[in-house]
Amino acid sequence: MTQHRIDPLGALVTAVGAAALLWLPFVVLKPNRILPGDARSLIAVLPPSTTIACLACLILVALAALAMSKPPVRLAAALLGVIVVAAAISTAGDVLTPPGNRVVRVAPGSGFWVLLVAVGLMATDAITRLRPRPAARVLMLALFAAVTLFALAHGTFDHLSVMREYAVNAGRFAHEVRQHVWLALGSLGTAVIVALPLGILCHRVPRLRGGVLGTLNVIQTIPAIALFGILMAPLGALAAAVPLAAQLGIRGIGAAPAVVALFLYSLLPVVANTVAGLKRVSPAAVEAARGMGMTSWQVLTGVELSLALPTILTGIRIVLVQNIGLVTVAALIGGGGLGVFVFQGIGQTAIDLVLLGAIPTVALAFSAAVLLDAVVETMNRARQ
Amino acid sequence: MPGSAALLRLAALALLVAFLLTPYSFAPLFEPLTQYGAPAIYDQGNLLTLALAQIGTVLCATAASTLVAVGLGIAVTRPSGAQFLPLSRTLVNIGQTFPPVAVLAIAVPLVGFGLKPTLIALFCYGLLPIFENTIGGLRACPPAVLEAASGMGMSPGQRLLSIELPLAMPLILEGIRISLVINVGTAAIGSTVGAKGLGEVIIAGLLSNNAAFILQGGLLTGLIAILLYDTMVAVERRLFGNVRIE
Amino acid sequence: MITVDKLSKRYGTTTVVDQASMVIERNSITVIVGTSGSGKSTLLRMINRLVEPSSGRVLIDGNDTAREPAHLLRRRIGYAIQGHGLFPHRTVAENIATVPRLLGWDQARVRARVDELLGVFQLDPAEFAGKFPHQLSGGQQQRVGVARALAAEPAVLLMDEPFGALDPIIRAKAQDDLLDIQRRFATTIVLVTHDMDEAFRLGSRVAVMSQGRVLQYDRPAALLTRPADPFVSRMTGSADRAMKLLSLTTAGEVAVPGSSNGPTVAASASLRDALSELVWRGAESAAVVDANGMPCGCLTVAAILAHGRPG
Repeated sequence: MTQHRIDPLGALVTAVGAAALLWLPFVVLKPNRILPGDARSLIAVLPPSTTIACLACLILVALAALAMSKPPVRLAAALLGVIVVAAAISTAGDVLTPPGNRVVRVAPGSGFWVLLVAVGLMATDAITRLRPRPAARVLMLALFAAVTLFALAHGTFDHLSVMREYAVNAGRFAHEVRQHVWLALGSLGTAVIVALPLGILCHRVPRLRGGVLGTLNVIQTIPAIALFGILMAPLGALAAAVPLAAQLGIRGIGAAPAVVALFLYSLLPVVANTVAGLKRVSPAAVEAARGMGMTSWQVLTGVELSLALPTILTGIRIVLVQNIGLVTVAALIGGGGLGVFVFQGIGQTAIDLVLLGAIPTVALAFSAAVLLDAVVETMNRARQ
Repeated sequence: MPGSAALLRLAALALLVAFLLTPYSFAPLFEPLTQYGAPAIYDQGNLLTLALAQIGTVLCATAASTLVAVGLGIAVTRPSGAQFLPLSRTLVNIGQTFPPVAVLAIAVPLVGFGLKPTLIALFCYGLLPIFENTIGGLRACPPAVLEAASGMGMSPGQRLLSIELPLAMPLILEGIRISLVINVGTAAIGSTVGAKGLGEVIIAGLLSNNAAFILQGGLLTGLIAILLYDTMVAVERRLFGNVRIE
Repeated sequence: MITVDKLSKRYGTTTVVDQASMVIERNSITVIVGTSGSGKSTLLRMINRLVEPSSGRVLIDGNDTAREPAHLLRRRIGYAIQGHGLFPHRTVAENIATVPRLLGWDQARVRARVDELLGVFQLDPAEFAGKFPHQLSGGQQQRVGVARALAAEPAVLLMDEPFGALDPIIRAKAQDDLLDIQRRFATTIVLVTHDMDEAFRLGSRVAVMSQGRVLQYDRPAALLTRPADPFVSRMTGSADRAMKLLSLTTAGEVAVPGSSNGPTVAASASLRDALSELVWRGAESAAVVDANGMPCGCLTVAAILAHGRPG
């Protein structure tokens, strides 16, 4: 083994990045939000001095990817890459937009996305090699979110197509984000209230376990769009028959079937993980607690549940990430949320609008996963 | 109990086949849901064709995902690919936080409307569970078994084909099952970008405010998902019910 | 005959096996014994090249093992390990048939061999051939593991702590079986263990290893009477070394012509067991009988004690 061997992932990242720069359009200039545009490469768009600075930075990043083996150096280089690519697209937006023109759209091209994926891959690899502790991961996420939000608030990307779309929909956007989070969290909350006792019951009464878990499994198998559809008819009938239900907002269409379906989906992971977590509690610990004179309620809350908590939280993590994704589908039945933009965008063939819904959804799901993973891992570490 | 489960399964299958072959015999059941004399049974396309198209899309995409994901899973568990293992696990974890709908939506700008974005989304999303389970299955092979296989003179290829893959197969099949079920749902949503499938029936119902369409589309899609899931479970039991890895 | 010639294995800067040399006689049991981390397993695994040596050679009947592809070499050498390593998705018969199938034996020959081996290991083919490993007891699994290693009639059998996972009673039985099987198939067996009693019981020669080096390679009695190194005497233990020495010789080997009124002991019993019997009965001499119960000589306490002294 030689000291200066080429990093295989670095070679991949460099090759993909270079190919994206050379052959794929960095930006697409569209006459308006619907019409197709013409592709421009990075070199053709940016002023010469900026182009040179940008390429020099990217070459530096590539060299680090190829030859450096220390993860912190690689991470710094990858972050430099992200910043350079972001700055380049922001500058491209500023340069290509005629002053005062609000119709022309400067959309990030496939070259931009591939380049971003390449440096993102490098950053992910570096972070994987660093194996950061949970708190460090959350801190990294928070820092990244803060910088991104600051740049967005500062107007760095205002000339790009997705932000143009945001500018048009700013009022609705905040509302739909709130609705999205509310649908995901609300259904999760109610599900936990029901699923925890149900899980404990299934643990205590093994005869129930097969039936309950089997039924929930069948529900989980039904696709979201199908379950929404199945629930609409009975909820509609309920609203028609019981005026009070209608006054409470229970209708065949809208948020009600979405909340009910998401609630049903959320049950299985929480119940199953509660049962699994309780099963894993060592009988000796329970025996010892009883031996010390704890009541069965004290044993349950003080020993069993607290030992099973990391497993239960893992179930809640699965549900939260799953719900954030499924809420998108709720927009189809009028439930609101970020899916509204996705499906409107698909309907109008306005890709920018699709991205306005899709990117925040992915960001929300990803952040939720990082956050809850960190909590679960911290708990597991504390118990070892 | 197993008897009643089999009976239930058979009833579900009979219901699905009957509905797809003779949808109009179910019209009286759906008529109460319609308003202003709207049709009770979807009339803008043949339900059987739509169902077969959707199942075909799902099977094609999942078959492709299986080939690629199992191949990649094998690659990163060989000594030569081991350095990519931690990264690929991180990527799978990140990838699974992407909602299937978002993958579908992002595929549209890349390849346009129609069947293509649906196939791409199903393929990409289907990779993740299969890849994850392939790695899990291959890494769960007991070291003593692998040592014995090499010690008896199996070449690395023979060891992979006759020991490692068969031992990993239950987990790989489980991954395929998870992919199939997710893909049935995503394929239904694929109707919004122009792929043929039963999602079309639900969307048509939503657009024309016809609860009968919505319900029958939902029921058929749900039945297909449950039966696919069930078939996979039965296959897994039949093939590997008597193998236990300590 | 296996010749191990200055065999070494290094990982980076650590040396796991250091210039090990030994000549292993054909048709015998050789035991490599040592503490964990002594390099004994690595030495064994270099013989079938599961571990490639850093330097040195292994010759089997004069042929350098490095000259043929490793997987072909391994098909000629039986290999049994602790925890048996049976393939959980294959039946007992399929497990045993593994190497014969790799070698391309025809169906009938494979079947006949599987049935023969199951019989040798006291497993009824009709009952056990179709079972899966998880349906067997620990002792049965271990026997199938050894049967599998012997399936292709290898001239050499390597065993890495094969009885490590068994409880004492089943282990003693397995050790007896191994001695029988070695005689029946005339196999050259190399066995690794950390258990000195097992080494003395099975080995016609024993190699003691520590920190990668073979400290002494000799007959068991010589390890007791002329330890080459303080570590060897620590391994063999000094408190009961006289009794250990007695356990290495059988009554039949020491019996002299004559008769005795004392208790009878089998010719195959060790002097240790014979002495124990005489002490228990308060007798001065015993009648030695052969396997058929026919008297073949006598044995006195004094004669036994004479064998418990070095030299």
